[in-house]
Amino acid sequence: MDSTPASPQHTAPPPKGGDTVLRHRWPVRIWHWTNALVMAVMLMSGLMIFNAHPRLYWGHYGANPDPAWLDLEKVNGGIPFPGWITLPSHYSLADARLWHLAFAWALVLAFIGYLGWALASEHLKRNLAPQLAELAPRHLWHDIREHARLRFPTGLAALSYNVLQKLAYGAVLFVLLPGIVLTGLAMSPAIDAGFPWLVDLFAGRQSARSLHFLCAAGLVAFLLVHLAMVLLAGPVNELRSMLTGYYRLPPEREEQA
Amino acid sequence: MIVSRRRLLGMGAAGAGGLLLSGCDRLNQSEAVRQGLAGAEGLTMRAQRLLVGDALAREFTEAEMSPDFRVNGSSRVEDSQYRRLLASQFAGWALQVGGLVHRPLALGLDALKAMPQRTQITRHDCVEGWSAIGKWQGPQLGAILTQAGLLPQARYVVFHCADVLDGKPYYESIDLIDAFHAQTILAWRMNDAPLSEGHGAPVRLRVERQLGYKQAKYVMRIEVTQTLAGLYGGKGGHWEDLRGYQWYAGI
Repeated sequence: MDSTPASPQHTAPPPKGGDTVLRHRWPVRIWHWTNALVMAVMLMSGLMIFNAHPRLYWGHYGANPDPAWLDLEKVNGGIPFPGWITLPSHYSLADARLWHLAFAWALVLAFIGYLGWALASEHLKRNLAPQLAELAPRHLWHDIREHARLRFPTGLAALSYNVLQKLAYGAVLFVLLPGIVLTGLAMSPAIDAGFPWLVDLFAGRQSARSLHFLCAAGLVAFLLVHLAMVLLAGPVNELRSMLTGYYRLPPEREEQA
Repeated sequence: MIVSRRRLLGMGAAGAGGLLLSGCDRLNQSEAVRQGLAGAEGLTMRAQRLLVGDALAREFTEAEMSPDFRVNGSSRVEDSQYRRLLASQFAGWALQVGGLVHRPLALGLDALKAMPQRTQITRHDCVEGWSAIGKWQGPQLGAILTQAGLLPQARYVVFHCADVLDGKPYYESIDLIDAFHAQTILAWRMNDAPLSEGHGAPVRLRVERQLGYKQAKYVMRIEVTQTLAGLYGGKGGHWEDLRGYQWYAGI
């Protein structure tokens, strides 16, 4: 449990392509699946809440008479997000809020728990923080090209996150998730009374609502890329590693001449 | 071969999606699940009360007000007695204050105007997501309740309204923490004019740290109670009873 996947024991030879190794420790796995459920509920109930007023504004106020930067009122008869993607599937703002405001607690508590562990265990520092060399434009460009050609790391390199993965996870952990929680809180009239700086941070409640929606869009974009990468990298091996922790390292490629 | 496999996959996906959807809806209908989810409301209320205390909602400047404050919920009251009162600018009307009080009161508009006034420019947040900033003026609810004198069993303040929505009379309720908050007023004036019918004439509750459906319009009678059970649907408000909105609407 305590062995760090990225730094193998000195005594054993380093794992190579084809070996099965521990890749994800249990807090990562628990948080991953908790989050999968929580994010699904938050997204589906959130889209229903958006359906109740499908217009977005900037600033402190914003309602039907005011100019909106996004107006989906004419889409699908005023209910832009269809039943198959909302919770519940029939129009109910009250039920969507019931789910959203309960699962928000699960989202926040699980996120704090994970971050606490990731800091204490140095998971953040060792596995998620990009190395300076990885951020060099040449290295980034190389990784982008390799990804675009669907050539993913193999052998020992597949055991650690590549820099694009680190940047994507970093954006989720330090921008999108804190952003979506704080903008959500900034929409609460009670929280705004106690913490006026929070609503100022986002330049108004309607701006916070817009940013809440944009953070959700960012998380959906992450989810789509994440699922595509799992499918392309080998869904059975990837799923197994997130369920059991164990991952079979992809064999090294024979370099083409 | 490819077509059939694709169709098979499509059918599988549609089937899985359908199962998931009906599963979600079945969970949504389950009383045990709903009770569990509703438990978060109490948690949210306690956490917010602890964190926020008696802090005041932000008050804005006149320059920051919405140019057009939209009307929502009831915009017209059909009750014939109400229509007569409206036509006479509520001459002869009096707000009834009763229930668990030492001295039941009947306060006409002049009496409400004669009390110390509070004027506040605040943001009104609808549960649907929109916000509008308006200016409200009226006496503090706490002063009225103090004048009536609460009995020791008093826990809630219920607002009985003149409007009927979806066939049921509108009502709302708050607890004593919000009732005695400095910004909780009975507004008879909005944006420097007497309250219009659309915005709840003759008086409207302003409880600034909660959502729009708590801001009861057309308040006719205030009743101080020990419990919300036994009143209308028993959940403390029109939308709470009919749609299942949270009674505590601080978020």
